[in-house]
Amino acid sequence: MMNMSLFQRISIWLTVAVGILLASPNFFYTTVENHNDAVAFIETGVSPNAAVADMTQEELDANASGWPGFMPSSLVNLGLDLRGGAHLLAEVEVEDVYSDRMDGYWLQVRDALRGERDTIGTIRRQNAPDGQLRIKISNPAGMDRALQLVRGVATPVVSLTGVGANDIEASGAGDIITVQLTDAEKLATNDRTMQQSLEIIRRRVDEVGTREPTIQRQGERRVLIQVPGIGSAQQLKDLIGTTAKLTFHPVVGPAGPNDTPGPRNVIYPSIDPQDAGTFYELEQSPVVTGEELADSQPAFDQNGQPAVTFRFNPSGARKFGIYTSENVGSPFAIVLDEEVISAPVIREAITGGSGQISGNFSVEESTNLAVLLRAGALPAEMTFLEERTIGPELGQDSIDAGKIACIVAFVLVLVFMFLSYGTFGLFANIALIINVAMIFGLLSLIGATLTLPGIAGIVLTIGMAVDANVLIFERIREELKTSKGPARAIELGYEKALSAILDANITTFITAVILFAMGSGPVRGFAITLGLGILTSVFTAIYVTRIMIIMWYDRKRPKKIEV
Amino acid sequence: MRLKLVPENTSWDFFSRAKMWLGISVFLILVGFASFMIQGLNYGIDFQGGTTIRTESSTPVDVAAYRAALEPAELGDISITEVFDPTFPEDKHVAMIRIQAQEGAESVEGATVQTVEDALRAVDPNMIFPFPSVESVGPKVSGELIQTAAIAVVLAIVAVLFYIWLRFEWQFALGAVAALVHDVVLTLGVFSELQIKFDLAIIAALLTIVGYSLNDTVVVFDRVRENLRKYKKKDLKDVLNISINETLSRTFMTSVTTLLALFALFILGGDVIRGFVFAMIWGVIVGTYSSIFVASAILLWLGVKRDWSKPDLNQTGNQFGNVDA
Repeated sequence: MMNMSLFQRISIWLTVAVGILLASPNFFYTTVENHNDAVAFIETGVSPNAAVADMTQEELDANASGWPGFMPSSLVNLGLDLRGGAHLLAEVEVEDVYSDRMDGYWLQVRDALRGERDTIGTIRRQNAPDGQLRIKISNPAGMDRALQLVRGVATPVVSLTGVGANDIEASGAGDIITVQLTDAEKLATNDRTMQQSLEIIRRRVDEVGTREPTIQRQGERRVLIQVPGIGSAQQLKDLIGTTAKLTFHPVVGPAGPNDTPGPRNVIYPSIDPQDAGTFYELEQSPVVTGEELADSQPAFDQNGQPAVTFRFNPSGARKFGIYTSENVGSPFAIVLDEEVISAPVIREAITGGSGQISGNFSVEESTNLAVLLRAGALPAEMTFLEERTIGPELGQDSIDAGKIACIVAFVLVLVFMFLSYGTFGLFANIALIINVAMIFGLLSLIGATLTLPGIAGIVLTIGMAVDANVLIFERIREELKTSKGPARAIELGYEKALSAILDANITTFITAVILFAMGSGPVRGFAITLGLGILTSVFTAIYVTRIMIIMWYDRKRPKKIEV
Repeated sequence: MRLKLVPENTSWDFFSRAKMWLGISVFLILVGFASFMIQGLNYGIDFQGGTTIRTESSTPVDVAAYRAALEPAELGDISITEVFDPTFPEDKHVAMIRIQAQEGAESVEGATVQTVEDALRAVDPNMIFPFPSVESVGPKVSGELIQTAAIAVVLAIVAVLFYIWLRFEWQFALGAVAALVHDVVLTLGVFSELQIKFDLAIIAALLTIVGYSLNDTVVVFDRVRENLRKYKKKDLKDVLNISINETLSRTFMTSVTTLLALFALFILGGDVIRGFVFAMIWGVIVGTYSSIFVASAILLWLGVKRDWSKPDLNQTGNQFGNVDA
């Protein structure tokens, strides 16, 4: 035990060196951060934040050369509680999509059934609960044939889990056919809805250009959005909370708020505060939707009022062109999220595929709307379950307090260890410093996020990391009492303390893993530093102090040691 | 000259008053449990839903005035507490305003925060806006959070029970877990008795306490196992006493270093994590106590097999013994 092979010695010191090297950027946090931003901007041309975008080339170069390129440059990410920003947890109403899907199937089913009018009779869509399609056939005797046709519309589900299942199921009772999505298709649809929502949220957040937003799916139907540096959660909600579903509907006529709409019609209110109380009855199926937009920009209309221009893609432009040329002189409504922005009269066919929406916008609103239209509509609505805003000053205060507490804790423990174990305490102290550096190195390496509880985890590690060394030193003391030679006592001390060290650390590690798996946000941050702290502290206690003690012993060859 | 917290070669009898210590523990557990049942924990928004707003101003906090200003907004149950902290400068006055979850809404409406802002601006023009922090959790999430948290604590205890049972004997596992439950219940008791805010971070602290207390218990048990092989003829009580005495110096050293670090954090770490750190300090103290007076006492009470000569997994003292570390 008292001799270590050269290979072992080199690997230990190499590991330590790599750990410290990886940690080094964190000691020059701002410099490295500026360096990373500048390099990213120079290389990709995309500015990571507003401050960088405004810099001159000289400033960028100066920042880029502020940190040598050969050094590692990954930093520990600071959590929202340390940096300030907004946090939202949203639930996507995935069921919203089912009704849209049913509208799609209705067209297909209608076409399929029309061909056999002789056996089935006439068909009519009935009102149905969300996610169901009900069709009444006038000749119930043809039910079997009708069901056969409807089932012919079904296609296999495209997903990993839904192999062999079809997307819709149809059942008949009396003269009513009920069509709904199968469970497998619902799952696949939910998954698609979530993917789309994530993508659209990401695009919208990226449009505002903040640094390193976190947009993650959580569980079945939730999305976690964290944006550092944004002023408030409300601001973030304004951006991502609107569905921004733009549709163009034929107008049936004006209506009152309590009127019952005609079959397959809807009544939507006007969004314009000047027209408050105005309602329109519209056809439910839109002529064309925002999904077919190619671009949208804020602009001003001929009266100098803020407006939003839009341009359709070719298929959208064609549909819009055909509709407008067939309906010159009649009004159509521009609808955003079930509210009518305006309902102008078509003066002439619009074949170019572009147009302008004027409403009663402020400049800010028109800019926002253009962003939303460009990024696309969310497939479903979102409810916000949790929101947190932390101001940057509070974050900075927390960092400062954490830093001071860390340093004081460190000094106290170092002094205490030296007083208790003398030279050996000094070795433990050096190992402790290496330990903390290695925690930071690992945190940077895996790109973990440091939160306030994470800092507490590090402080706790500082206290607990010495435990392994205390176990060893106490054991060496005991072995010395039975008057074995110093070398033998050190050897036995390490050997006999090992099982206690491992058992103790494994049990703590188990709790850290459970915390990580079950926890979220701050708890997770704490679990990460605690878990990593256990790994590094076992390494430093078992290997690093030992190699130092061996090197010291080889040089001094003391006859007697005092621990 | 070395600093020694514990004199060398102690041979204190830890079980002469075993009944008294166990009695005290049981009494404290009952008190803690009763307080938990009667008074309940002061749940933070993480577990109960609602909104907390942190305000900061250069003029002193006037809780009554804040309350009066918020009264007309009809936001339901509002609690306002002033936050004191030694790290605050002279002209920094902080308060926490807590608003109950609003009827029918999952998270707080921007309008609600605006109402609070307008009302407080009228009372104290020096207040800093926007608020340093606004946090809001809907009742749906908070319900799940408390469930997950409870599962996490139970899961941790079960996992640990299993590990100790693997590495030692079942009596050891029961002793360790009794100590853990003791620590967790006493911590919950203190939080309910002092009505300290109980939020998600406290769960992290609770699990750390579980980890720490276990760490302590395992070190003592490891020595017990070793001594059981060494002193085949001695009474279990004596073996336990010897083991505790032998590890006493280490127990104190580790607890003191950990407490040093934690007290630094408690005093200087700011008010945001003070509750969290308090839980840990309490946990370290209770955990150290319980590994001696609860875990070992239970082990003594349950008895343990004395014939360790049979070759089994644990025979060499540790299966890691041959790891060339």
